[in-house]
Amino acid sequence: MADLSTNFLGIKSPNPFWLASAPPTDKQYNVERAFEAGWGGVVWKTLGEAGPPVVNVNGPRYGAIWGADRRLLGLNNIELITDRDLEINLREIAEVKKKWPDRAVVVSLMVPCEEEPWKKILARVEETGADGVELNFGCPHGMSERGMGAAVGQVPEYIEMVARWCKQHSSMPVIVKLTPNITDIRKPAEAAMRGGADAVSLINTINSITAVDLDTFSPEPSIDGKGSHGGYCGPAVKPIALSMVSEIARYPETKGLPISGIGGVTTWRDAAEFIALGCGTVQVCTAAMTYGFKIVQEMIAGLENYMDEKGFATIEDFRGMAVPNVTDWQYLNLNYVTKAKINQEACIQCGRCHIACEDTSHQAITSMVDGQRHFEVIEEECVGCNLCVNVCPVEDCITMEPISGVDPRTKKPIDPDYANWTTHPNNPAVWSKQAAE
Amino acid sequence: MNAKQSVRDVKAGRLDARAYGELFSDLHPPLDHHEARVEADRCYFCYDAPCMTACPTSIDIPMFIREIATDNPLGAAKTIFDQNIFGGMCARVCPTETLCEEVCVRETAEGKPVKIGLLQRYATDTAMQAGKQFFERAASTGKRVAVVGAGPSGLACAHRLAMKGHDVDVFEAREKPGGLNEFGIASYKTPGGFAQKEVDYITAIGGISMHYGKALGRDISLEKLAGDYDAVFLGTGLAGVNALGAADAEAEGSLDAVEWIGKLRQAADISKIPVGSRVVVIGGGMTAVDAAVQAKGLGADEVTICYRGPKERMKASDYEQELAKIRGVTIRYNMNPMRMLTQDGAVTGMEFDRNGETVTIACDEVMKAIGQSFAAESLNGSGAAIALDGGRIRVDDEGKTSMARVWAGGDCVNAGDDLTVTAVAQGRDAAESIHRALGA
Repeated sequence: MADLSTNFLGIKSPNPFWLASAPPTDKQYNVERAFEAGWGGVVWKTLGEAGPPVVNVNGPRYGAIWGADRRLLGLNNIELITDRDLEINLREIAEVKKKWPDRAVVVSLMVPCEEEPWKKILARVEETGADGVELNFGCPHGMSERGMGAAVGQVPEYIEMVARWCKQHSSMPVIVKLTPNITDIRKPAEAAMRGGADAVSLINTINSITAVDLDTFSPEPSIDGKGSHGGYCGPAVKPIALSMVSEIARYPETKGLPISGIGGVTTWRDAAEFIALGCGTVQVCTAAMTYGFKIVQEMIAGLENYMDEKGFATIEDFRGMAVPNVTDWQYLNLNYVTKAKINQEACIQCGRCHIACEDTSHQAITSMVDGQRHFEVIEEECVGCNLCVNVCPVEDCITMEPISGVDPRTKKPIDPDYANWTTHPNNPAVWSKQAAE
Repeated sequence: MNAKQSVRDVKAGRLDARAYGELFSDLHPPLDHHEARVEADRCYFCYDAPCMTACPTSIDIPMFIREIATDNPLGAAKTIFDQNIFGGMCARVCPTETLCEEVCVRETAEGKPVKIGLLQRYATDTAMQAGKQFFERAASTGKRVAVVGAGPSGLACAHRLAMKGHDVDVFEAREKPGGLNEFGIASYKTPGGFAQKEVDYITAIGGISMHYGKALGRDISLEKLAGDYDAVFLGTGLAGVNALGAADAEAEGSLDAVEWIGKLRQAADISKIPVGSRVVVIGGGMTAVDAAVQAKGLGADEVTICYRGPKERMKASDYEQELAKIRGVTIRYNMNPMRMLTQDGAVTGMEFDRNGETVTIACDEVMKAIGQSFAAESLNGSGAAIALDGGRIRVDDEGKTSMARVWAGGDCVNAGDDLTVTAVAQGRDAAESIHRALGA
């Protein structure tokens, strides 16, 4: 049986599934329920400095978008950091860590951007026996207006500075949590690295308004008729998170920097994908908030099964295996030619492939053959775009099949060798180079 | 058992009062808002959707379901009524299992079609309960059209003609509109006086004058109508009942199923309707099932549908047969009726030939549901001018008869299945044809 245990910056956990810093990790009660359910670790909900805690709105804190059957696809929140007293949190953290020594307990922190408050809180956290700290430089709402959270995360120099203070004033591993509300995710990651951070975690939530109420014309979630952008998360953000993780994983300056992957992890498969892109652990929030803590059991069982099938004994055996396959568009093989193929046995005749192709793409799928409703790919027209695969309601009914020989569309032979845009005759850079010669 | 020794047992009030309510309540309770949204989400919005092709009125089913899914049930109702002004009744009585739902791709995929009928009912009920009217009359054309029969085809035709600005006079033999919707369909399929509410909803467009108690061939003649009006539409339905022939007898307890169903529908108190303890229903269509299930519902002990052919030829769908069985009705196949057994002028049993063997079923009532026929004599001498085909009025694709300025549709014509939805399509299309012919 595969071994799911992880050692991330020396922080050990029985599996890579951590709960992200968020409402599910705000209290001992919740965290213990999570550990009982099987979660490998938690990042305790962000602590602020001593004194009167922040206050939250007393109206809705969450907004959402849904897919078919009201399946939650994206969640947004305008909740702030913990609104519980610092002392209570610290006491509970210490108790939990003592009671659950095999689980990872990392503490998320957010205090003003000055050395003294950071120094103070780090000392207090260290006393609890927590395994590490995560610097919340990502929270996009509320706290950012006060110069914290994403306001720090959007300025690489601040990230570097605070990371440096943290490493200076603490012996705990330091994880910097990155905001996606930035143009180039590599810059803050690099800054964290320069500051001496041991790892980055990403993504934090994305600026969002989930809806506009068409009766009151208030954004959602609505507080007395007004709304403020919140942080977006859940299954809908996974593609954005995967891309940002991959950028850090393959960028020469940040390559090898440990990453804790966050963003829409809902199933074991999502987690495996983050791991394949180099993440040492994954953090989950929305899936737990949607279905409860029990889902971790599906994640554990699914990941074990996958690893057993593939012959991976440990997480390290496949971690990062997808990273070398992330490349720039210009290096993609232009001689790789695929055509869609419809499995007629599996086809339920809904015709969505046809109309998608006919109306919006390449007119490459029939709707009628010999007077019969029949959906078949016209290889002479098919550019291999994959849209039909994506709109088909039946999994694996339509597949993209690589072809060789002559491409029926271009009528030209397919070069079996790899060739990309950098050498393509249509590339202006290639012409100018030829002209120069 | 010797039928002659049996004592006939026919009486009303076999059940306690509450049981009537349960047995005659809605066969399929309507979907609530949540159920409708969940079900609507299952629709794939197919291209050139098979359900739409299967619908005789070609309702844009994927579009109305998408409108329900996006919380626009009124828009959904408009999409339905655009094609089928009887969308409410059709949602209740259409054999969807052999039409739209049979070809639903989710039937292909999972054996569980989208519940199109129930979604259609959700949308149309929403609009009708809100009293929302979607259609207005065009400016008056001054043209007058006579419609004979206030059933689904006649009223669908009248509605479309009124919409186009024509003035319509509807002549109905009965004292009440609705045709088979009102008189010919099992109570549990359309409880709560729905048929009348629907007629009111449809005629609310205006420009439609109803004339009751006017039967073709008795009170009005085709010749006169053709002279008085710019066009005539015949939607008379089938006034004749197929006879059992030699097997039949004039006897107490020998009943016409359609008439019996109508009586049940019109009864103010169904507990007052007598029913035999043992009932034999002869026939194999929906009428046979409607009669048998209701006889059972009224408290009959043994109800047997006897169909002359094998199971696969039975016209009632598998679903209808299943329903009958669930409700406790026995269905026997290959039962060819030979002789009605009577004693003192009353039914005591029915004798069948089953593959050469004589089978006798003792019973108190025999309900005949072996089909209806067009009463050509109602054409009142004009019959010669209108060509018939297979005993019904011959029409072309647009519903034109062989007689100038006379159209026809519904069960009285020789085209299409004898379904409410087919009648609606024919009435609607004839109205379009009349409108074109009137050149307004």
